[in-house]
Amino acid sequence: MYELKGVTRRYTRGKQTVHALDGIDLTIPDGDRLVIQGPTGGGKSTLLQMLGGLDRPSSGEILLDGTDLATLPEARLTRVRGENIGFVFQSFNLIPTLTAQENVETALVPLGVRTKERREKAAEALAAVGLGERLGHLPAEMSGGQQQRVAIARALVKEPKVLLADEPTGNLDESTRDEIMEVLVRMWKELGLTFVMVTHDSALAKRAPRVATLRTGRVTVEENPGA
Amino acid sequence: MFFTYLRRELRRRRKTALVVASGLALGIALVIVVGSVSSGMGKAQEKVLQSLYGLGTDMTVTKAVETSEEGGERPERPRFSFDAQDEESGEEQSTDRVMVQGFQSLAGSTVDEVGEQSGVADAVGGLSLQVVKVSGEFTRGQFQQDGQDGQGSQDGDSGQEGAPGGARPAPEGRVQGGGADFDVNSYSVYGTDVTESELGPLTSSRITAGRTFKASETDAEAAVVDSAYAEEKELETGDTVTVKGTKFKIIGIATAESGDAAADLYLPLKQAQTLADAQDEVTTIYVRATDSQQLDSVKSAIRKNVPGTTVTTSADLADTVSGSLSTASSLATGVGTWLSVAVLAAAFLVAGLLTSSAVSRRVREFGTLKALGWTSGRVTGQVVGEAVVHGLIGGVLGIALGLAGAYAVTAVSPTLQAELGGGTGGSGGTGGPGGGPGGGGPGREAAAKTLEVALTAPVGLTTVALAVGLAVAGGLVAGAFGGWRASRLRPADALRRVA
Repeated sequence: MYELKGVTRRYTRGKQTVHALDGIDLTIPDGDRLVIQGPTGGGKSTLLQMLGGLDRPSSGEILLDGTDLATLPEARLTRVRGENIGFVFQSFNLIPTLTAQENVETALVPLGVRTKERREKAAEALAAVGLGERLGHLPAEMSGGQQQRVAIARALVKEPKVLLADEPTGNLDESTRDEIMEVLVRMWKELGLTFVMVTHDSALAKRAPRVATLRTGRVTVEENPGA
Repeated sequence: MFFTYLRRELRRRRKTALVVASGLALGIALVIVVGSVSSGMGKAQEKVLQSLYGLGTDMTVTKAVETSEEGGERPERPRFSFDAQDEESGEEQSTDRVMVQGFQSLAGSTVDEVGEQSGVADAVGGLSLQVVKVSGEFTRGQFQQDGQDGQGSQDGDSGQEGAPGGARPAPEGRVQGGGADFDVNSYSVYGTDVTESELGPLTSSRITAGRTFKASETDAEAAVVDSAYAEEKELETGDTVTVKGTKFKIIGIATAESGDAAADLYLPLKQAQTLADAQDEVTTIYVRATDSQQLDSVKSAIRKNVPGTTVTTSADLADTVSGSLSTASSLATGVGTWLSVAVLAAAFLVAGLLTSSAVSRRVREFGTLKALGWTSGRVTGQVVGEAVVHGLIGGVLGIALGLAGAYAVTAVSPTLQAELGGGTGGSGGTGGPGGGPGGGGPGREAAAKTLEVALTAPVGLTTVALAVGLAVAGGLVAGAFGGWRASRLRPADALRRVA
């Protein structure tokens, strides 16, 4: 479970100080599916990076199962990321020289999983997202939707507690978007993940049980019982 | 994963890999060529010194140069006198003079004195001689009196009208014919101690025909001839050479391993002493030290305890080498070394900058890996690994290029001249008349020696090991540049920058 208490994030740009997050209080229970939306520059991605331990707040606490990510030493924070948090990025961020299977394996490297087991798990994860036949393909040999599936497999292969997705369908057409969302929601359900997704897409937001809206660094959360 | 990722990245960035590796290869090749040429220079100098010393000699002892004071006794120069003969006699006259090289010799007992010094393993005396042989016809001229019919007489009593007053006029005429037709043959002789065959100049030659002296041939009328001299004079084993009336049977032909031979003719020491009328005298004592690291202390001991001597070590002699060998050696150690260092430094820098720039292009990649839980150390290790492989590829290319360069130098084998002794000065003896090779000891020999040696560029294991070390170092330096950047990369910044 995430508990955010008075989280602020300030950036200095020249002589100006920008408050990307301005005293965020937010609780995200285990197994929750939360969509974060808001205007560009509203602090959505910054909040996601805070949740993922990729960035640290200027002040406040970010508790993940009681551990404050804001003050955790870098080495431990890296371990938390490696063990508990899966990321899916808008641009897929696959390593262009590695095959689909090898890209998925990169998520298991920090966990010290042996090569053989790593390969097997990667193949299973790719099969779970419908790419069982594409293990040896390079990213350049796959479509955008397929690349994002590889990225999802990479995020989930280590069986994390949390899945963080930053505009995962932002670079995809509508039909592919729905395919990817179907995969993500299915995995969320199957694995019992805490799933936080940033999106601009109102259609996607409407389908989420909870929607957090970020404006000028402040958050409001709405329940969406019909989703 | 490390090696898979490494292999794929190297394949993907072949051009960068090639540029980095080529730069390093150039630097490493230069190091190998300069190193091997320097080594070749060293070997050439060794050869030059060995041609004087022979193998195993650490130092030589010669008589200290005596400053000739005004009116002091000067060495006697050789004189030749021939009686003129009648033209009809046709008899060839011949005389030879045997002189001690440099006119300076030491008493034979000095050899034992030197041998007794602390740190001296062995000491052997030798006598360098110069032989000048003049042979030919020396005929007296005939007086040709002016007169009718061209007739004249040597005794001038063929009648002519007497001058008024009764006195017979002096016969008029001129001396015709007569003169000299002679040949001067100058060669060097070295009297070697046949009981000590492991020291002295003869050890730098290889017996290519016949045999060398036996230890029992201390007073034998036997000679070993240098191959160049034998070829010039068309001598073979079994022939005889005559020196000052003594016939010596040629028992062997010796070929100098490098440079010129120490002498044209080698005789047993005792025979050489007899020929030069220098009983129990030597010109040079060849010394082998018990420990080659202690040459300076041995040198000091000899100088202190055996007065009137000059001690010359191989290091002293090496300092006197001049000519193109010396120039090339200076170039190799000076310009060559600095050029190698400069090229290597430039190659390291370029490799570092290219690696650093490659990291900049892969910000998203490394940021993603960090987001996935890769530690900075693991990411840095990947970057350094790639750079080290670049370095190793450069090393392999550089070693190949360097070996090719060294092989080319050896194949071309440029000839270098080594002038010896130019800097020692003062020994005075420039060899006997005729200026044959050799002299009365390294100091004196040096003054007369100009040797030609072929330059080679041997590549030793040390050089190759150095090249491999440099290749790895180059990779590590480049990796350090890139790794430093990669380690400082914060995942959020990396992902934000490319978002």
